Amino acid sequence: MAIGTVGVAAAADRTSLRAKAWGLLDREEWLGPIFVSPALILLLLLVAYPFCMALYFSVSNAFIGRPSHFVGLRNFIDLWGSDAFRQTFQNAFVFSGAAVGAKLFLGISLALLLNEQLWFKRLIRGAVLLPWVIPTALSTLGWSWMFNSLYSVVNWTGLALGLMNPPGPNWLGQQYYAMTAVVVVNIWRGLPFFAITILAGLVAIPRELYEAAEADGAGPVARFWHVTLPLLKPVLAIVVLFSTIFTFSDFNIVYVLTHGGPINSTHLFATLARQIGLETGRIGEGAAISLYLFPALMIVVWAQLRFVRKQAY
Amino acid sequence: MPRRKLRNRIAAHLALMPFLIFAVFPFYHMALTSLKQNRELYDRNAVPLLIRQGPTLEHYQKLLWDTGFLTWTKNSLLVTVCSTVVSLVIGTIAAYALARLKFFAVASLGTGIFVTYLVPTSLLFLPLAQVVNWLGLGDSKWALIVTYPTFLVPFCTWLLMGYFRTVPKEVEECAMVDGATRIQALLRIVLPIAVPGLVCAALFAFTLSWNEFIYALTFTSSSDQLTASVGVTSELIRGDIYYWGSLMAGAVLASVPIVILYVFFLDYYVSGLTAGAIK
Repeated sequence: MAIGTVGVAAAADRTSLRAKAWGLLDREEWLGPIFVSPALILLLLLVAYPFCMALYFSVSNAFIGRPSHFVGLRNFIDLWGSDAFRQTFQNAFVFSGAAVGAKLFLGISLALLLNEQLWFKRLIRGAVLLPWVIPTALSTLGWSWMFNSLYSVVNWTGLALGLMNPPGPNWLGQQYYAMTAVVVVNIWRGLPFFAITILAGLVAIPRELYEAAEADGAGPVARFWHVTLPLLKPVLAIVVLFSTIFTFSDFNIVYVLTHGGPINSTHLFATLARQIGLETGRIGEGAAISLYLFPALMIVVWAQLRFVRKQAY
Repeated sequence: MPRRKLRNRIAAHLALMPFLIFAVFPFYHMALTSLKQNRELYDRNAVPLLIRQGPTLEHYQKLLWDTGFLTWTKNSLLVTVCSTVVSLVIGTIAAYALARLKFFAVASLGTGIFVTYLVPTSLLFLPLAQVVNWLGLGDSKWALIVTYPTFLVPFCTWLLMGYFRTVPKEVEECAMVDGATRIQALLRIVLPIAVPGLVCAALFAFTLSWNEFIYALTFTSSSDQLTASVGVTSELIRGDIYYWGSLMAGAVLASVPIVILYVFFLDYYVSGLTAGAIK
């Protein structure tokens, strides 16, 4: 008898405990933190913590497999004495400026064309978006074959069309051509993002505005400047901000196409950081190099939070 | 159709041609190279745009039987499927909480996740390599399953927050008035409505992790742990010798899973691409 009662009481206790737990899950102030915590723990452990480590490495003389000491800002300053770093710094701005500028111009043009009445709309969109979905490292490998010094199909076409003098440029072996090649591949890979996002912005512009402008006698060019462009500005701002971060911190294209060469002329922060930090083992210096990405990142995050999200909500 | 309209339409198609050639030609050339015989491939007088001396599958055979390509593809699949599933679950519940529930610091948590979404992987790979070693996952594909969610979760959360906001609150409240708990309402009401968003997030997570390169290159080095992208780009090149036929065959085959998804779900890709940037 007694045992039975205890058993029943314990069972009742357990069910009420379970009910209590379920009750807690029904309350927002409990369920919210519980639902967010896996993401939060993951990001603290594998993003915030490594980021702090990068900060620490950058002010130490860390070297793979050796205890490290605090050296202050010496890594950041010493880098300026290195030709490779000065070249990389310049490359990063040339590369990002040229690539983002070209992607913006071509992206607007392509989006305007895609917004026309087309016969094979889905097929065309699919083809346009393709470079963006295929693994970049692999498609870049395809490009490096297209730029091959002996069998370049680019040069073959250029010669066949009479645009180049034989034997044509050695794309990946000469400084300026190599930078051009890297920029072209970046444009190729990033253009779909610009075109498709800008297209979404174009579709959202009300037709009446164009009709009103047309009734007022505005030609196609005037309509573009006074209706399309101003209304597209928020979308353009977002696209440019996103693309700036990802172009500035690009790694795959340069690594596969040129490995930073010839003579560092195409190195970006990420590829140089890898070379210094992993291939030669000077982690402190490598971390300092990748942290030069940080000011650019800060500006973009700040702009995103201040302008873009404000408009969205 | 009026004449002027027809003419405009044809002009638009003509103007699109250079863009389409630019976008698609590299894939055509890749596929072509992978099917060419070496004799023709390395003949400087041959026309590189066509196959004249007959196609061959020798590069594919070499790739499949003489290299670790099948192992790399298996690794890629394992890593991609695991990290996609994990990220989708974590991202879904986080997005639901951030979009729907009121609790301590909800707004700043949302901002925090958005900011991590912008942190590029190339800023973190050096210290993460150390963390991976401490976790005992150095030179293992499991390191990738652990680290890929760091960029997938912010993306999924961000994308899904937008979708959850479009589900009317009243629908959920109705279910709760009828006696459902909040979790039941989430599982039975909200998630089914948000299925397009979940599909979109899953597709993007799959694509992003299949295409990931810098972490895979940094955290793994033994041939049996590599993913397809890294295997093809690093193991098929011996010193300065490039086996272009097999390299292109590898690039084509390793893109196949993504292309299949892409053909079936093109519209999701389009909407996800714009939502990721705009929402």
